[in-house]
Amino acid sequence: MRSDAGKLSLILLMAPFALWILLLIVLPQLGIGYVSLREKVGPGQFTFGFGNYMDFLGEPIYWNTLLRTAWMSILVTILALLVGFPVAYYIAKIARQRSRAALFLLCLIPLWVSDLVRAFGWIVLLRETGLVSGALQWAGLISGPVELLYNDVTVVIGLVYTVVLFMIVPLVSTLDGMDDALLEAGYNLGGSRFTVFRRIIVPYAMPGIVAGCIITFMLTAGSYLTPILLGGKNSSWFTEQIYNQFITRYNWEAGATFGVLLLGFTSLVIWLGLKLTGQSLATTVAKD
Amino acid sequence: MRHSIKLLLAGTAFGVVTGTVASAETLRLLTWGSYAPEEVIKQFEAEYPDIDVEVTFSNNEEMIAKLRATGGSGYDLAQPSHDRIYAAQLEYNIYKPLDLSQIDTSVMQANLLEGVKANTTIEGEVYAVPHQWGTSGVMTNMAEAPDVTGWNDLCDPAYKGRTSMRLRRTILLGTAFGMGMNPFELYSDLDAYQDMLDQVTAKLIECKSNIKTYWTGGDDLQSLMLSGEVVVSETWDSTAFRLYSENPEIVFVPPETGALAWIDTFAIPRGGEADDAAYKWINFVMRPEIITMMSGSTGAIAAVPNGIELLPDDKRDAVQAAFDQEDLDNLKFFANIPPGLEDMEGIALERIKAASE
Repeated sequence: MRSDAGKLSLILLMAPFALWILLLIVLPQLGIGYVSLREKVGPGQFTFGFGNYMDFLGEPIYWNTLLRTAWMSILVTILALLVGFPVAYYIAKIARQRSRAALFLLCLIPLWVSDLVRAFGWIVLLRETGLVSGALQWAGLISGPVELLYNDVTVVIGLVYTVVLFMIVPLVSTLDGMDDALLEAGYNLGGSRFTVFRRIIVPYAMPGIVAGCIITFMLTAGSYLTPILLGGKNSSWFTEQIYNQFITRYNWEAGATFGVLLLGFTSLVIWLGLKLTGQSLATTVAKD
Repeated sequence: MRHSIKLLLAGTAFGVVTGTVASAETLRLLTWGSYAPEEVIKQFEAEYPDIDVEVTFSNNEEMIAKLRATGGSGYDLAQPSHDRIYAAQLEYNIYKPLDLSQIDTSVMQANLLEGVKANTTIEGEVYAVPHQWGTSGVMTNMAEAPDVTGWNDLCDPAYKGRTSMRLRRTILLGTAFGMGMNPFELYSDLDAYQDMLDQVTAKLIECKSNIKTYWTGGDDLQSLMLSGEVVVSETWDSTAFRLYSENPEIVFVPPETGALAWIDTFAIPRGGEADDAAYKWINFVMRPEIITMMSGSTGAIAAVPNGIELLPDDKRDAVQAAFDQEDLDNLKFFANIPPGLEDMEGIALERIKAASE
């Protein structure tokens, strides 16, 4: 009797989650996969095959953009790790208990503003007639206005700013669980700061590092607004190609193909990353 | 417990019943930004208190994508441009034929009405009537670039880094005209059209280093021009007219090869549920006093014989500063887009976007 009730409550508790996954993640993905295999032969007429995937391989613009997106996303992930690690370490290990919550909150605040508004914030700062250009001229560092928007560096900076929080959160929670005694033991045994960092802190934080990298990489590769708005005329981002196929060219089949390819490719990159670092999903993201 | 559930059910049922009685008919508009100004909606709702107006702002491509996704339902009146209806209707069947007896077509300018009818008649049924028209061309800041005459000036090295354009099909067509070709005549011959597109693509890639950035919407373009970061840009004339009232140095220049003219129309989506309200809206916004308010917001010219006279004063000045009779006679109206053409143009646009300088 009791076990029946337990089973029932488990099912009830799981039901919203299962429905969520099934209806909003699995079914749409299956739909996208189905559409991507449709080949258009005339108005409203379709056959099935891998033609859309062949078209992708045959057009260098498409796979170049995908590779560019992946490469820049990896760069953003690495930069976010470099920026986020010291911040996370400070919050988890150095800051006093009382200021921790406040620091954490400070990291969260940018998330309360939408992506779009934050991108426009960057535009106001960096445009040719913007604040930064004006301030530099006022200080006499440059003689004429300077355009800081519409290049890859700006896109990378904007993306790092957008995703760095998702690096900090898992790092803080991992580092928080590290016993200070481990560090003291390391120093007592004659380890230098670097040795302690390399052989104790990094291995301990590895699950957090991998989890943070996976989240930031996926978010970056799938982002749309920041690269489009900050990149201007030279921003080729793969999500923009997907938008173009669906909206500008009415070509849902190619758009769906690109969607499947983006998911497949980013998953492959993550799988490679896990292999290279000797981690697995079970020991990182799913770690309790 | 059971009692309270009964009460709850009764309450819900009551709410449903009164809800349907009290709720007015809703007119769901799918239109361009600024095509449904607040004051026009207020007056319409005052005259027809049983109709609520709901507005969704969009553009040509998104209108078709949205209606396609729902099979033509979710909206009661849409406003695509006249050249985007025929192929979309043939391929996706998203509109229903208009009942012309419900529309007061006598107020509309005859040649625009006939033009739109000719463009949107399928199997004897008419799918759209004109609302407003305007053109695409070039706008220039006279203080910095007084000698601009047409599309080619966007790629003039004299304005290096100070020009802009929207990377959509309009600039492909404009550039083709600027290079001495007529894309509308090539619509019927897709191979020749591809050949033209290749030349245009090469030209626009070469031009890329001259461009500051590609603008994506009217607001974007407005801040680029007003800040002076851009001095010459491809534009909708309506955006240029709006800027003229803020800075009279910024004027619209109809290219010497002819400004490209579009007509935004009224079309009723296939799944529309408020046809009567839609017809009422169409007739309402074509009244002279409403046209002045509407044009004040959109900057476009109503499709009535005295459309230019009905513009608010500042817009009329801007139009008269930009167009003379010769320019008006030289307008190039967008021709119906044959199926498959936009796919070819899409690849050209992607090549341009992806090219490095």
